[in-house]
Amino acid sequence: MKEVLLLKDGELSLKGQNRSTFEDILVKNCKRRLSHLGKFTFTKSQSTITVEPMMDEAIDWDEAVKIIGKVFGIVGYSRAAICEKDLNTICKTAQAYLSDTLSDAKTFKVEAKRSDKKFPYGSPEICREVGGYLLSKNRGLKVNVHQPQLTVTVEIRDRYAFIHGNQIKGAGGMPVGTNGKGMLLISGGIDSPVAGWMMAKRGIALSAVHFASPPYTSKRAEMKVHELLSKVAEYSGRIKLYTVCFTDIQEAIRDHCPEDTFTLVMRRHMMRIASVLAQKDGAAALITGESVGQVASQTIYALGCTDQAASLPIFRPCIGMDKTEIIDISRKIHTFETSIQPYEDCCTIFTPKHPKTKPTPELLDKVESVMDWSELLKQAVETAKEEWITQEESI
Amino acid sequence: MIYFDNSATTPVCKTAADEMMQILTDNFGNPSSRHEAGLRAFQALKLARSRVAKAIGCVPDELYFTPSGTVANNTALFGAAKMMRHFGNRIITTSLEHPSVSEPLKALEQNGFEVIRLPADRSGKLSLSALRGALNAKTILLSMMLVNNEIGVINPIAEASKIVRSVCPRAIIHCDAVQGFGKIKVSPSLLGVDLLTVSAHKIHGPKGAGALYIKQGLHLPPYILGGGQENGMISGTEAMPAIVGFGAAAAALPADLRTTYENVQFLRNRLVKKVSQTSFVAVNSPADAIPYVLNLSVPGVPSEVMINALSDQGICVSAGSACKKGHRSEVLKAIGMDTKRIDSAIRISFSRFTTENEIDRFADVFLACASRFLR
Repeated sequence: MKEVLLLKDGELSLKGQNRSTFEDILVKNCKRRLSHLGKFTFTKSQSTITVEPMMDEAIDWDEAVKIIGKVFGIVGYSRAAICEKDLNTICKTAQAYLSDTLSDAKTFKVEAKRSDKKFPYGSPEICREVGGYLLSKNRGLKVNVHQPQLTVTVEIRDRYAFIHGNQIKGAGGMPVGTNGKGMLLISGGIDSPVAGWMMAKRGIALSAVHFASPPYTSKRAEMKVHELLSKVAEYSGRIKLYTVCFTDIQEAIRDHCPEDTFTLVMRRHMMRIASVLAQKDGAAALITGESVGQVASQTIYALGCTDQAASLPIFRPCIGMDKTEIIDISRKIHTFETSIQPYEDCCTIFTPKHPKTKPTPELLDKVESVMDWSELLKQAVETAKEEWITQEESI
Repeated sequence: MIYFDNSATTPVCKTAADEMMQILTDNFGNPSSRHEAGLRAFQALKLARSRVAKAIGCVPDELYFTPSGTVANNTALFGAAKMMRHFGNRIITTSLEHPSVSEPLKALEQNGFEVIRLPADRSGKLSLSALRGALNAKTILLSMMLVNNEIGVINPIAEASKIVRSVCPRAIIHCDAVQGFGKIKVSPSLLGVDLLTVSAHKIHGPKGAGALYIKQGLHLPPYILGGGQENGMISGTEAMPAIVGFGAAAAALPADLRTTYENVQFLRNRLVKKVSQTSFVAVNSPADAIPYVLNLSVPGVPSEVMINALSDQGICVSAGSACKKGHRSEVLKAIGMDTKRIDSAIRISFSRFTTENEIDRFADVFLACASRFLR
């Protein structure tokens, strides 16, 4: 049976003049993600995008649906059967295509949409005919027009009729790329992948920066970051990762700054390096997984001091979330299991026993003035390793 | 690359690899099949069994191939406990065992057995006086490792067996000899044990094969059920490539373990001497430990940092306290190490193929790393 995918874009329809551009980006995103499954045509009409295989080839629709479920900008989608615009054929196709769901459901209704107004039957007639046919074929099934378990939709289009069951909820949000690009600071913990996912959901494309301090941190910690980003990339599309060698700077902090400011000075240098890399990469904001009060470096005062070192706005989508709420999302996007692998990252080495929780920017400026950091910072930026992280081959 | 992590696993020796290739490509049959291909495989299996039996010092009929040392330990412990459960419920072990022994015993404990875990004495060895104190008429099973995997001390298994036999003649004695096999004599009659575990990949054989010695006449109930392979003890089609590799690796072991032991001892002493010339390296392994394992600390430099730094220089070693975060090595605690020393412990483990050049290069790189991170 020939099938298509029907995608509903939600919030997009509110965007007035920009809508067509946004839809184009959404189509481009879908096209790229589905490219390894075959060639498709995308047709936009009203707020539905129809995805149709170009050739007469077998498509792995289960896989396609999995991928589409992770594309931001789609509020809902349906997998639909295509058939001739003949009422008898429509009835038979509906029964054959939805037989499993029909036999599981207790109540149903039929909805008809006629974009081809030349079709000889009106919507109420289509509903009546198809509904009657399905009732005759499924013992125990009842009609409930108010709260049916299953809604069978028949869409009469120009060339074909589409038949599908309940619409499946999509990833929501806005198409990635419609809101510019942000650079995610990723450590390997639970919060940063979630933060990246949340911003990508709002249409922000991602690049990422990871600070590695070999040999204090291991290659496995870097592999962990790759794994996390490839999971996020299933939603956001591919991500450019910059890996910064941070060892010299961390050792300099250890050797020249008071212990209780180690983490704060480190965070500020991270922001400085990330700001330069972001500008180089065309990103207009930094993204972190910080949540106020979670650790000493994330008190309201500490965050203020960190902000001051960045030359771009810092987006912190987890800022008001509890750890459990962040964990819920990380489980949903399957980054949790990877995040909790126990490898040292640059934030867990040289940690002060009693970090300052109420620092002031003036104090940190003074602490940092003991040496000239510019050369070290410049070197860190220049030697950063660049690579593309894509979603894993098999999802 | 300098590979000094031979207690974790060893590279497969050439003869083992060659024989395995033959099994993978040419002699691929199932030893249970009745046709010619099956018969040839059966003969290869038989040869492997007699080779490993010879290396251990038992007769081939007493040797059962398993997929790993872990499966051998599980089979030994669950089987013995089930068999002896009508005679008593006390099981004695040490607090130093590998998880493939300690975890099955934990499971038995939850099923109503009483498990006594003997502490190590100040030398890191199984304490014989503690053993004497723990034995009672209800004791049915003992499980003690021969060589400790973290610091290399050799437990007095033969002496322990004598004590057990005099007090509890009926009790079954199991010994996990995985870290000792191929380095010192593990002959079950010499050690006085009824069950003994060995593994292929610690003696330059492949991963995927272990063996359990079961003393003739001891009818252990099997733990893994199925097609009845390995005389019903370990069901499942024999992993022929791994087993044949095991046999070849066992046959390639030096006939005279003593000479190899002394060679490795010479190398270890050379390294100990070099690192002891500095003030910042502490040797954790006792002098009478097996020379194949050397546990060292540079207090103040965490194990992970040292491992990463050495790894960047092409040197493979492992953490001296192979344990989960928050759980520090029992044996290092037992021999009186403080937290700082335990957290910086690394384990260097040699093989009979280790060379003097490797030792010297290791010493140079190790000391350079140590002084860098001690700043």
